[in-house]
Amino acid sequence: MIRLFWRDITLAFRSGGGFGLGLGFFLILVTLVPFGVGPDSAQLQIIAPGILWVGALLACLLSLDRMFALDYEDGSLDLLLTAPIPLEGVVAVKALAHWITTGLPLVIAAPALGFLLHLDMAAYKWLIITLLVGTPALSFIGAFGAALTVSLKRGGLLMSLLVLPLYIPTLIFGAEVVRRGAEGFLVGTPLALQAGITAGAIALLPFAAAAALRVAAR
Amino acid sequence: MSFNMNSIWEWANPRKFMRWTDKALPVVAVLAAVVFVAGLVWGFFFTPDDYRQGATVKIFYIHVPAAMMAINIWAMMLVTSLIWIVRRHHVSVLAAKSAASIGMTMTLIALITGAVWGKPMWGTYWEWDPRLTSFLILFLFYVGYMALWEAVENPDTAADLTSVLCLVGSVFAILSRYAVLFWNQGLHQGASLSMDAEENVADVYWYPALVCIAGFVLLFIALVLLRTRTEIRARRLHAIELRERAENA
Amino acid sequence: MPDLGKYAGDVLMAYGATFVLLAALIWRSLARSTKIKRQLKEAEARRNG
Repeated sequence: MIRLFWRDITLAFRSGGGFGLGLGFFLILVTLVPFGVGPDSAQLQIIAPGILWVGALLACLLSLDRMFALDYEDGSLDLLLTAPIPLEGVVAVKALAHWITTGLPLVIAAPALGFLLHLDMAAYKWLIITLLVGTPALSFIGAFGAALTVSLKRGGLLMSLLVLPLYIPTLIFGAEVVRRGAEGFLVGTPLALQAGITAGAIALLPFAAAAALRVAAR
Repeated sequence: MSFNMNSIWEWANPRKFMRWTDKALPVVAVLAAVVFVAGLVWGFFFTPDDYRQGATVKIFYIHVPAAMMAINIWAMMLVTSLIWIVRRHHVSVLAAKSAASIGMTMTLIALITGAVWGKPMWGTYWEWDPRLTSFLILFLFYVGYMALWEAVENPDTAADLTSVLCLVGSVFAILSRYAVLFWNQGLHQGASLSMDAEENVADVYWYPALVCIAGFVLLFIALVLLRTRTEIRARRLHAIELRERAENA
Repeated sequence: MPDLGKYAGDVLMAYGATFVLLAALIWRSLARSTKIKRQLKEAEARRNG
């Protein structure tokens, strides 16, 4: 299992896929927003939490379809299915590897991009905390979406359609915490709810994803 | 597994399902048409205007039943998907598939009539009100579910995948509902059709509304039976075509 | 026709949209039903014929 984890991470680095791509996408999105909205810093400050969260979410989505697709194509998924480790564990490990190669870089890059959008000083702390708490949920929900569409020829677009509605609660609570943090309100409730969603997603979705993978490999 | 002739699962045998729906469908269809038309005619022509909302109160007779159906159809899909996962009854999952596009239409009707109603009442067609937003999210779930059915070629694989999606989707639909409530307290009035109806809606509006709800439910049953019969035939057709291809190869 | 007052347009629009959507749904269901029924009959005739 640990070896599988390192294999996934080295693959992600070596192919130059998810790792750089997600970050680049995040940067471009944040750069595009002021062109669309206008350079007014007061206005940008208001929308910054939302933009950063939506950007993180889309960047996460970008590399999801590779999570199982490569293994499905070269047949290593069949090997994993018959391997002596539970498929649920495989899914969890792969989702974790996805988070480390996609979610974690986003968390690290977000403050710099928040700077570009004139994010309120008080909100930086909360931006990092919510991304840290919320992005694992994005990876695990995404693993489920990727498992559902792995057997399809062009599943990428369909996967976005299936996964994005599932991201709504995480997005709402994440952006809410940052917004409240910027205004100096209490953030305990939405943060706790978001953490709850993440914990639930980590605990339960590997089972759903594994079920979908078994169906797809039949 | 014990085999009990009187078991309710008998009804899920495709051949038996085709036989009893063959007789039941015309009855339900006629009943649905009568009740549906009666309810709407009653609601549209023979109810007084509300002193505050004027004639827009008549939208109530389609908005509320459609909204109820939109949610209840998803619940029905959840139950039939579970039955498929647990007991592998094809009719069950085909009923879920058949119900999805009806549910999507109901959600769309609820959204459109809500928007039209919102314009004179709240002064705007669209407001990010929690309930409107929740229905928009529900609409997305319906679209995703149907798209997954369309995308997977093997019918049994599609049935399994969509059922899993329906289960997970249900959890997230409820989560979204509360998340949205948290995010924005809205303009919507509270439950207008709870059991203590006398407090919320006067009898003049309440009785025709009940008939309308019955009409929508019957219409849904008739359509689901019709569409499920079509899906069963389509499966049989698919099986014959596969066999022909195998024989010719 | 009842007097709908100043909201006539809104009410009629809501009812109209509903009927169009429901009619489309019913029509699609019926059309697919007849189509599949006919194709199945043809296929069964091929097998037995």
